[in-house]
Amino acid sequence: MTEAPNTVAFTPERLAKAKEIIARYPEGRQKSALLPLLHLAQEQWGWVSPEVMDYVADLLSILPIEVYEVATFYTMFHLDPVGKHVIEYCRTGPCCLMGGEDVYGYLREKLGVEAGQTTADGKFTVKEVECLAACGWGPVFQIREKYYMNLTRERVDEIIDELSK
Amino acid sequence: MAKKILTEYINVPGIDTFEVYRKHGGYTAVEKALKTMTPEEVVEEAKKSGVRGRGGAGFPMGMKWSFLAKPEGVPRYLVCNADESEPGTFKDHYLMKMIPHLLIEGMIVSSFALGANKSFIYVRGELMYVIRILERAIEEAKEKGFLGKNILGTGYDLELVVQPGGGAYICGEETALLESLEGKRGNPRNKPPFPAIKGLYQSPTVVNNVESISNMPWIINNGGDAYAAIGVGRSTGTKLISASGHIRKPGVYEIELGVSVDEFLNSDEYCGGVRDGHYLKALVAGGSSVPILPAHLITKTANGEDRLMTYESLSDGGFATGTMLGSGGFIVFDETSCIVRNTWNFSRFYHHESCGQCSPCREGTGWMEKVLHRLEHGHGSMHDIDLLVDISKKIEGNTICPLGDAAAWPVASAIRHFREEFEWHVTHPQEATRPGAVYMGSAALV
Repeated sequence: MTEAPNTVAFTPERLAKAKEIIARYPEGRQKSALLPLLHLAQEQWGWVSPEVMDYVADLLSILPIEVYEVATFYTMFHLDPVGKHVIEYCRTGPCCLMGGEDVYGYLREKLGVEAGQTTADGKFTVKEVECLAACGWGPVFQIREKYYMNLTRERVDEIIDELSK
Repeated sequence: MAKKILTEYINVPGIDTFEVYRKHGGYTAVEKALKTMTPEEVVEEAKKSGVRGRGGAGFPMGMKWSFLAKPEGVPRYLVCNADESEPGTFKDHYLMKMIPHLLIEGMIVSSFALGANKSFIYVRGELMYVIRILERAIEEAKEKGFLGKNILGTGYDLELVVQPGGGAYICGEETALLESLEGKRGNPRNKPPFPAIKGLYQSPTVVNNVESISNMPWIINNGGDAYAAIGVGRSTGTKLISASGHIRKPGVYEIELGVSVDEFLNSDEYCGGVRDGHYLKALVAGGSSVPILPAHLITKTANGEDRLMTYESLSDGGFATGTMLGSGGFIVFDETSCIVRNTWNFSRFYHHESCGQCSPCREGTGWMEKVLHRLEHGHGSMHDIDLLVDISKKIEGNTICPLGDAAAWPVASAIRHFREEFEWHVTHPQEATRPGAVYMGSAALV
């Protein structure tokens, strides 16, 4: 039986980083690198496809199922393609007390999408997430590594306009 | 001015760099511990300090350390729990981003005390920017000889690894965290064996919260007794409180344990009171998991005594009239807040975050969310209110880890103290579902 050629690969810089990460753990414990490598993969491809998971399994010499079961457990990994900017807003209590429901409703309306959807032009994906540990600065959303805090409708306008350029 | 142990220099420009941190007394605890003390003496100071686990459980840290098994030839691990995910809690986030070297210094002396040569800081993955701050600080400390091989020429080796999580509240539970750190799903382990015997990679392991470990430099420099002299009774030292909700000044505050709830809530040094033009309705004092309290039980206990910000005073009266200090997630609700809606929101959180391993939690959190959803949306019945109490009782105490309890308590306490408001949602479905409408007792709506 022949297998399809695996065309997925890290950039040379990320591959070097992946090897450095794997070396952090004790001998025989390289599986500990799984979450860091999935983050690295998502950084490169924007999401984590089955092919990417197989590639990560290969790098760690573990079974593909060991990657699938982990990637599907943790909510940060996007298992479907996403837009250029993924907006993840905190829907949990304290952010809602600070007007989150109104601000997030406005955001969805402005982009014309529901939570979990991507705009037709592929620029924005909106996702609902749970508490982002920034409750005193709510409402909050996150785009990649950046936190946007103390959100208002006006701030949402500014941020979306800036990212739409 | 209250004593500051963790945040005294937090606003000094450049305190996130080694140089500025060092100028303000940073890393002196590493010098003192590694050059003049034995590991046992460091453990002894931690014990004397009485510092209790600041992640929420409140277990004495020194005692936890003393349980660590020390079989010959087996590595031991220290793992810092920086998975801060409890709704209402954002203190560790703040501390790590502002003054990363404090945690690193604490990790060095604590690892030395436990005999660990490789230690981990497990940070929730959403805080990737904080992970980069920590990694940069670790590089600096390594360059200056405070990490790596033969630290300060003492022969002690330590490597620090920062590990990102993947977005899972459950990984704040210490055995789920260890599973996650091993590259697995975050399913909590059955105990025993406890991590002190078989933890990371089946080796003896201590898991401590960021804030707990960050107290260690001060404890080493000033002594455990000096730490224990701050605070009240068994609530020693200071505590970071994350204040959010309807207050004038949300943010992270370091308090001496024992300050009154009234002072913390109303003085300008801290929260500055409920936002202008509004008044207090309810408080969640220690993160979303702890029982919610109605206005009349917040600043006074049921006996009429002043309620203090201590482990003991906040839990005075048990769950009937008290709550818990927990992680110090202080969420304030004014009269515009709908308790039913908030309880539904919290239940949705626990349902989303249940790992699915134990049936009572996996199924029960889903049922609670569904029943609360229909109550909040005007489709509930009186029977539903009792049903919620019944489900919460069947989850509580029947799961491997405390997430089940954490999901049950907010629901049970909300009904205990605000039952009328739940009933009003049943008897007045149209008013209750009007946007912004809130139950105000028998009379008006807001």
